[in-house]
Amino acid sequence: MAEQNILTYLPVLPSGELVGSAAELLGAAAQLGTPVGVIVTSPGAAEDAARAAGELGAAAVYVAEHEAVGTTLTEPAVNVFSTVWETTQPEALLVPNDIDGRDLAARLSVRTRSPIASDAVGVHRDEEGIVAHHSVYGSAFTTESATTHGALIITLREGAVDHRGQAVTPQIHRVELGELTGPAAAITGFEASVEASTRPDLRGAATVVSGGRGLGSAEGFALAEQLADALGAGLGASRAAVDAGYAPHSLQVGQTGVTVAPDLYIALGISGAVQHLAGMQTAKTVVAINKDPEAPIFDIADLGIVGDAFEVVPQLIETLQARNS
Amino acid sequence: MKIAVLVKEVPDSYGERRLNLTTGLADREASDKVLDEITSRAVEAAVSHAESADGVEVALVSMGPESAEATLRKTLAMGADSAHHVLDSALAGADMTLTAEVLAGVLQRIGCDLVIAGDVSSDGTGGVIPTMVAERMGAAHATSLDTLSITDSTVAGERAAYGGTVTVEAQLPAVVSVTERLPDARFPGFKGIMAAKKKPLETYTLADLGIDAEADVPRSIMLSVTESPARTAGEKITDEGDAGKRLAEYLTEKKLV
Repeated sequence: MAEQNILTYLPVLPSGELVGSAAELLGAAAQLGTPVGVIVTSPGAAEDAARAAGELGAAAVYVAEHEAVGTTLTEPAVNVFSTVWETTQPEALLVPNDIDGRDLAARLSVRTRSPIASDAVGVHRDEEGIVAHHSVYGSAFTTESATTHGALIITLREGAVDHRGQAVTPQIHRVELGELTGPAAAITGFEASVEASTRPDLRGAATVVSGGRGLGSAEGFALAEQLADALGAGLGASRAAVDAGYAPHSLQVGQTGVTVAPDLYIALGISGAVQHLAGMQTAKTVVAINKDPEAPIFDIADLGIVGDAFEVVPQLIETLQARNS
Repeated sequence: MKIAVLVKEVPDSYGERRLNLTTGLADREASDKVLDEITSRAVEAAVSHAESADGVEVALVSMGPESAEATLRKTLAMGADSAHHVLDSALAGADMTLTAEVLAGVLQRIGCDLVIAGDVSSDGTGGVIPTMVAERMGAAHATSLDTLSITDSTVAGERAAYGGTVTVEAQLPAVVSVTERLPDARFPGFKGIMAAKKKPLETYTLADLGIDAEADVPRSIMLSVTESPARTAGEKITDEGDAGKRLAEYLTEKKLV
């Protein structure tokens, strides 16, 4: 039996590069069937992006380029996916669990009458079809879901899938954007992010260093940045630190922020509110440094240090640097 | 102008939350039921607009078990005008396809110009219901807005995009969802609580909405549920001036650096 087509939504950055989630989307698709990439972008970027998708394992890539992508929200992508859906008759569609991915999944779910498996952290196939894995209530429970029949749309949690596809030279198919008929919001402005951080993305980083309210100030939060840079780690923050203005919202780890599952998680001055634990408690190793010996973070830490992060961390960095030199 | 707010009652994420290991459904006894925090920001956005403009009515819409009625009453105290509760035992364990159908059904029945919801719920973490509802209503969507401005005919705001931030604007009718960056909700005063007792709260069944939960359409089903082993505390040391060195040793030994 021929392998089933697994569609993936591969968003493109303004620079023309594929968004980082492409590797894990195509990796997850390769676990299920034939990975097929779909790229919907403003004119000019598609060819390079399609080749990059091939390197990540896309056997075929459907590309559509149109000015409307920059001026109309979601609808151009929905339009192209509807066409590709007809052509490829996919068994599943994988999208990143981010804002644009969710909007696309939602519209297509209703249009194609396909259920959604949301915020999946993994996928596999059994004899009856595709199964999505979920991590529920801040990783306290794991569940598996499937569709009763028909295709399944999966929003994949960023940074959750390690499997990667094999590089191939993809078949590239051009798709024309059809007439946009549905109601849609207009995109009236775009402001590029000020600076691209050189740190690894929080979601996929092998090591994450997070700072909390205990660091005392925005200046104090620089301690977490220094350690992150010394370890080549992603940088995170507790909600309390974000609310206090020490760190931007995009760094928030927890129930209402990013969920991470790194090999090593180092918490500096984080008390360990249940909402924070919900975002990091599947880390393989947790190290916590906190002045308060009663801080709940110690209940889940593999190594807990009762002490002042401003003394422990500089000594740690110094010791590691001395060892490496 | 009528604004509808999608209200979700959730198990309190500040306490323990459990799934029933047999049914896979939320264990209602295990947790306190509260208004989802992100819902309260959506309500605040609607009520503050109603206070600043003439002729704006705010309706709350929720699908949930009996307990959701108390949550709706509390939410009315924040200044909404009416509440609409879909309550039907056939909805226990409803997937998102059915949930969106039900919410769109009740929204179309009461009629509204703008729907405001939280971006992602704290229990299901799906984040797709608002746009699914928009698709069913034939309305535009503008989700995960970090800022929100409403006029008589439009809704606009900023949201994160790949490599930056976009400003989006939709003609009404539209469905929007808001993020944590919108202002937190007000605390309902005594006057609000007293007034809420007299506000209309209507209950609907699936039959009222003409929806069949057993219809033969593709549904998401849960195959298994497992409780993760609880994390336990490891070693705890007190810094005596050498903890940085000991940590370096620990990380090196475990090959983590």
